[in-house]
Amino acid sequence: MTVPYEHLREDFKILQQHVNDEPLVYLDNAATTQKPEAVLKALETYYHTSNANVHRGVHTLAERATTQYEGAREKVRRFINAPSTAEVLFTRGTTTSLNWVARSLGDLIIEEGDEIVISFMEHHSNIIPWQQLAKRKGAKLKYIELTDDGKLDMDDAREKITEQTKIVSLVHVSNVLGVVNPIRELTDYVHDKGGVMVVDGAQAVPHMPVDVQALDADFYAFSGHKMMAPTGIGVLYGKRKWLEKMEPLEFGGEMIDFVELQDSTWKELPWKFEAGTPNIAGAIGLGAAIDYLENIGMREIMNHEQNLVAYLMPKLEEIEGLTLFGPKKASDRTGVISFNIDGVHPHDVATAMDMEGVAVRAGHHCAQPLMNYLNQPATARASFYLYNTVAEADKFVDALKATKEFFLHGLD
Amino acid sequence: MALTKLDQLYRAVILDHSQHPRRRGVLDKATTQIELKNPTCGDVIQVQLTVEDDKITDVRFDGSGCTISMASASMMTDTILNKSVDEALMLVNEFSEVVQGNKPEHEQALGDAMMLAGVSKFPARIKCATLSWKALEKALGSDGTGVDGQLTHD
Ligand SMILES: Cc1ncc(COP(=O)(O)O)c(C=O)c1O
Repeated sequence: MTVPYEHLREDFKILQQHVNDEPLVYLDNAATTQKPEAVLKALETYYHTSNANVHRGVHTLAERATTQYEGAREKVRRFINAPSTAEVLFTRGTTTSLNWVARSLGDLIIEEGDEIVISFMEHHSNIIPWQQLAKRKGAKLKYIELTDDGKLDMDDAREKITEQTKIVSLVHVSNVLGVVNPIRELTDYVHDKGGVMVVDGAQAVPHMPVDVQALDADFYAFSGHKMMAPTGIGVLYGKRKWLEKMEPLEFGGEMIDFVELQDSTWKELPWKFEAGTPNIAGAIGLGAAIDYLENIGMREIMNHEQNLVAYLMPKLEEIEGLTLFGPKKASDRTGVISFNIDGVHPHDVATAMDMEGVAVRAGHHCAQPLMNYLNQPATARASFYLYNTVAEADKFVDALKATKEFFLHGLD
Repeated sequence: MALTKLDQLYRAVILDHSQHPRRRGVLDKATTQIELKNPTCGDVIQVQLTVEDDKITDVRFDGSGCTISMASASMMTDTILNKSVDEALMLVNEFSEVVQGNKPEHEQALGDAMMLAGVSKFPARIKCATLSWKALEKALGSDGTGVDGQLTHD
């Protein structure tokens, strides 16, 4: 099925506006995505008909809210092909998910002298929790190098991951380079050495089919807001064999079975990790977003983005003085394109593009070690999604050329 | 086309200062110096001063950043050279008013820096304009050399 794009854009009212007197071209989808009417409607319907606390009441609304909240969990399970809903934890987002793993799994298995391996292309949320863990335990944090075209250096990966490596945590798709990493291959290697594989899927799940069993990862984290769901909801998938041994990080209501004066017992999975009233509406919104994405098809979404990238790359490569980061081949990547114009600071680029109605991001993209590695103080980044069109890709290229002209030669 | 609006922000004077910065470099005998970073965008600036008898007799800046931050630093050195410490501190406050869209009392004394008034219409860029002035303020408030600083979040 091909996506009916003109029709599809009607689902996103926010995209039908002018910014600085120009039609909005929203290309900051790696930061967060826009929400379709179906998701907004699901939130409204929930609050209009079913709002109550979950797992707590026998009355009708409580039952409805619980059914819908757990129904959303089942949708997530199916979407990523997790073996069971016991292994699907709702969190605040990728950051929380990764912090939970670093804290709880880290406390369980990391000892002084152990190694933790990440890479130079990680987002801060997949760096700092491991730094903290390494400091807490006296463990060693190692970084896998990148190749010149912005891929993981697999030779270096095989060197860095050793029998001393207890945890490897890698990004599935880089939020700067757009590169898709060979997770299954890496997971097999990590397991071979006896380590645990954690995957930051924040930029993968929204853009391509993801099957956690096919990847065989031990943990997989992602955020709802980057896949058309509201902010404040995310997922941590974890293999039951680990989650069962891990201690919860938060304690309180919802997560307990029996509370006595000096001790308590935890609920079974997944609830033992979900203390307090959860983001019920957020989970239901995530369920609605999954319905929306599945209706179009994840393979279709991936193809659409790769087609846009394949269309754009030659046009961008033609622009003199434009440096592109990450692999050039569309099939190696998603719709994230980072670039710099020689002699023009990315912040000036982003301001100028904004005047043309084109929303791009400039900065370090929460990846300071990667910026240092690329020897760039910052980059500009355009990130495409399902609702972006070829016409918008053209507008992006035009705005980029005009921006370059303006800063290098001034207005005529 | 919409880029014409950019002229409000990137006036010719500003582009000129960023392309041909005044007093960019290093002083042989600075009496005070500071490095300031803007962690959100990776900009970094060093400001060096020679203060003699309460007067700024020489100033240099160096660093990397966007057009606005580099132009602003260049303009700042024009504005404060040969001013007393108190005057310079007063001008830092005046400049901060200007970039927030307010009218300063000492427009003349600010010189080219007045051209950055357009920044007030680009709220995301105000910090770019104020980085070097914040560095100056910190340097003047410190008593020695080699002080490190970081722009704090508002
Ligand atoms: C690769 C990657 N990891 C982690 C995150 C953090 O996600 P969140 O801010 O939703 O927790 C992001 C998003 O900024 C990301 O792009």
